[in-house]
Order: sequence, then C-alpha cells, then structure tokens
Amino acid sequence: MTAQAITSSAAIDAAKRRDEMIAFAVMALFLLVAPAIIYPFFLMQALCFALFACAFNLLIGYVGLLSFGHAMFLGLAGYVSAHMAKTGAVDIGPLHLHFGPVDPVLAIVCGVAASAVLGVITGALAIRRQGIYFAMITLALSQMIYFFCLQAPFTHGEDGIQGVPQGKAFGLIDLSHQTTMYYFVLAVFLAGFLMIHRIINSPFGDVLKSIRENEPRAISLGYKTDQYKLAAFVLSAALVGLAGATKSIVAQNASLTDVENAMSGQVILMTLVGGLGTFFGPVVGAFIIIAMQNYLAGFGQWVTVIQGAIFVACVLAFRRGIIGEIAHRLGLSL
Amino acid sequence: MSDECVLETEGLTKEFAGFTAVKDVSLRVRRGSIHALIGPNGAGKTTCFNLLTKFLEPTGGKITYKGRDITSMKPADVARLGLIRSFQISAVFPHLTALENVRVALQRDRGNSFDFWRSKKVLDVYNDRARALLDDVGLSEYADTVAVEMPYGRKRALEIATTLALDPEMMLLDEPMAGMGHEDIDKIAALIKRVSANRTILMVEHNLNVVANLSDRITVLTRGQVLAEGDYATVSKNPEVRQAYMGAGDA
Repeated sequence: MTAQAITSSAAIDAAKRRDEMIAFAVMALFLLVAPAIIYPFFLMQALCFALFACAFNLLIGYVGLLSFGHAMFLGLAGYVSAHMAKTGAVDIGPLHLHFGPVDPVLAIVCGVAASAVLGVITGALAIRRQGIYFAMITLALSQMIYFFCLQAPFTHGEDGIQGVPQGKAFGLIDLSHQTTMYYFVLAVFLAGFLMIHRIINSPFGDVLKSIRENEPRAISLGYKTDQYKLAAFVLSAALVGLAGATKSIVAQNASLTDVENAMSGQVILMTLVGGLGTFFGPVVGAFIIIAMQNYLAGFGQWVTVIQGAIFVACVLAFRRGIIGEIAHRLGLSL
Repeated sequence: MSDECVLETEGLTKEFAGFTAVKDVSLRVRRGSIHALIGPNGAGKTTCFNLLTKFLEPTGGKITYKGRDITSMKPADVARLGLIRSFQISAVFPHLTALENVRVALQRDRGNSFDFWRSKKVLDVYNDRARALLDDVGLSEYADTVAVEMPYGRKRALEIATTLALDPEMMLLDEPMAGMGHEDIDKIAALIKRVSANRTILMVEHNLNVVANLSDRITVLTRGQVLAEGDYATVSKNPEVRQAYMGAGDA
C-alpha cells in the first residue's frame, strides 16, 4: 500500500507501458523470424486465429460481454472475401454487379465490412439483454447465420468456396508466394493487434472498463452504456471479420467450419487458455490450440477430448490463463 | 435557502406484480437543502430513489426536476441534467484505481468518448482535477490504489468524490452510512455537510443521529406512502412516526 502510494501513477503507467512494449517487441521479433523454423502455413493460420481471439477478448475481457456466436463474424467475412476474390459478383435483389475477381485487399475489406454490418444488426439485438441472455442471443443469431451460409447459393453449401486465388495485393505484391503471403498476414495481424491495444487504451476504452466494472454506476454518471457496448461489439465483429477474411485468402477456401458453433467455442477456449483480459493471452492461447489441432491430428477424435481436458484444467487450476498467470506471478502487465 | 423546489413529484406510484411499492408519493425537495428520506425496512425508499433517477419506470405520477418533466427520460439523460445518484452497495469501479474512478466521471466533460483511435493520454488533463477531488475527501494517498483494495469507508468517500466530479446540482445518496463504523460515519457526515454547499441533497438513511444532525427536512415513508414530513423536531414528535419506527407509542 505505502509503496503504491509513494509511486506516482505516471511511474506506474510508464512501467506498464514498458512491460507491454518489451513483450510486443519479443512477439514481433519472434514472428518475424518464425517462418525460418516453423511451417509458414501453420503460422499464418495461427495468426488469423490469434487475431480472432484478440478481437473476441476485446468484448469479454474489457467490456465483460460473453458472446457465444463470434464464429458468425469469422465465417461470414471468410465467405464474402473468398467470393469477392474468386468471382467478384454481387447479386443482391435487383442489384447485379460483376466486378470479376477483385484485389485480395479489397476482398478482405469487403469481408470486414460484411462482418461490421452483421455486428451492427446482431449487436443491436443482443446488447438489450445481459449475462447469459446476451450469450444465448448471440448463439441463436450465429445459428441463423450458419443456416444462411448452408443455404445461400454463393457459399456453395457443404462444398464451400474452393480454389480462391490469392492474387496480388494492391496489384503489386504477389501473395501466391508463400513468404510474401506470410509477411502480409503478419502485417494484418500486427495492425489488428495494435488497433485493439489502442482501443483498450483510449478514452473509449476507459468507459468500456467502467461498464465492465459497474454498469449501473456508469449509467448514473451519464454514460449511455448501450451505445458504448454496441460500438465495442461492432469493433470486435469487424476485427474478427479481418481475421476471417484474411484466413480465407490464406487457406484459399471458405467453408462451414468457420461459421459453426464449435468455432465460437474454440475462440472461448483460446482466450481462456491464454488469459482473459490480457493483451498477449489470446495470441498464446490461439497458437497452443491450433498447434494441438495440427500436431495432434494423428490422435483423430481424441484431440477434442484433450482440448476438453485442457479447458477443465484451465478453469480449475489456473483461471488467469497462461499469460495471466505469468503476469500475476511476475507482477507484470501483459 | 430559498423555497424554490428543485425536485418535485406528484402522485408517484410504482406497482410491481400485485404489490404497490410506492404509492401516491408527493415529494418537494427545496433547492439548497439536505432532505432525508427515512422509514422502516421495505418502506419503499430505495424504490423511490430508483424512480427519481429513472432506474425504474413509475407506473403513475409525475417527476419534475428544475421545472422540467423528467418522468419519461432515460437514466443517463437524467444524470446529464445534473441529478446524480449513489447506490446502497458502494458503487465504485473495483478494478480501476481511485484516480481512474474519478477520472471516468471527469471524462464526461468531453461529452461522449467514442474516440477509440485516440490515446488515453488525452485524459491526463483531468489528473490534477481528479487529485484535487481525492484530496477533498481525504483520499490523496489512495490515488493509485485499486478501489477493490480500499477499506469500505474509503470506498464510500471515493464514490462521493466520483459523484462530485460531475459537479452535480443535486445528489441522491442511497444510505451513505450503510455498514460503516462510528469513526467513518462522522467523517462521511462531515463530508456530506461540506459538499452540500450550493447543492441539493436527497438521501436515504437509517442512522437517525445522522439524519437529525444533517438534514433540514425529513420525509417519512411507510408502506410506500408518505407518513409525515417536516424538520427533525416535528417529525420525531409525530406519534404515527414513533409507532411506525418503534412499534409502540411509548418509545
């Protein structure tokens, strides 16, 4: 207490920022050299899922909203971006626009926009309720999106969209070259990650945290908390969309896997394993879960059982998650 | 003190399924006064508070604040008119520091804070004001302590500092002394007295000593209805009030 009282808050903030900057530098450095030692395709997938988890964490960790349906944003953005990159045909009602295959960057932007719009609609419905009811509404809505993706002609149902061309970003950077693609994905990931960091450390982020901590009090101070929650929901949806859209360009396909309920569960698992409400936790969690799926694939169905066991162990033994636990033990802010 | 009413209700009523919590309450709170709302448990005091700050929708009646009908307003809008409430259970933001707690309120000064792209360094301009407010309530040494680690009495003080940060014209304090020891009660009572300058305060309080010492006017509620109103001397002599409070006329 005394030590805390003596240290000025500016010093605490500075120390916090230093911890975060060092950790960020370590992460960025590792990711820069990683393709030399780790299979790049795995890394790219893991980065997409890491961004997915970070964007999910923005809601649960900093606003206290648990969404059970975040796969809908990942999946929809994936379909839209894959579709735009492959055919570029927009047939909505009386609207018939055929652009032909579009630039992968533009395809990703379209995916993000689709998820953001979906975020506005679903968010406006879901934030009217709290706690488990909020979670259930997101679950129900994502189930609707799943059936939409199963039935809509452009998604090709069970087949999904295959053979998506990777093309040239901005018409210049050839993404079919794996190393180039890797650094493109890394840039997208880092941009998304830094944006989330900024959102949390903005005046807006402070209001979000106050809503997480005590919503009635935030209202009594004059904050229209529904608007803040909706804004955070849409930001999260758009960033998940960025992950999903990028992922479909990387994997050159979009399928029902990304829009299934199981995927909404996966992202909760990633975030919990890594550390809810920490900056780096979701990244670590995503890498661990994706690594398990890849390297334990030989165990077949047992992977799910192993995942379940890890989930239970996390919740029972170290609820702060891996990064949360490390940060707590070392007194760091990560 | 003028006779002008800042907050007024007419026939305020709240019915929950099959139960009338607040019935036909007409309240007149004069500008610049400390007005206490007392009554036995279940008398409808907190419900009344929730109605006044719009956390509950009244089933009947009218609420006027500064001559303006606020009956159908949203709670955040009522707060924006300068009518700020506290809560029975200490309402702090537990995992923010005391300084951050106060700053979230000061931040209202910028209007809406939807600027997620800006660094929160722009909030540093409020730090001095936040520290001054913490000093004011005797919390300077807690500025960097997370609220959850503060002693109970200090949390109440922090809550008042946060409320004061909005420079409210009127404060509604819901049992500011609930669960406090003697020492803390005196401190908070002195604090309330001090901050009541140029403000109107309406408070729900169980501690009759505090009520006697602080309030200019008292309204007694029982079973959702106004039983008596007046200053402490008048109210405390009222046999019906004695009956309601002590269960017998001879107390």
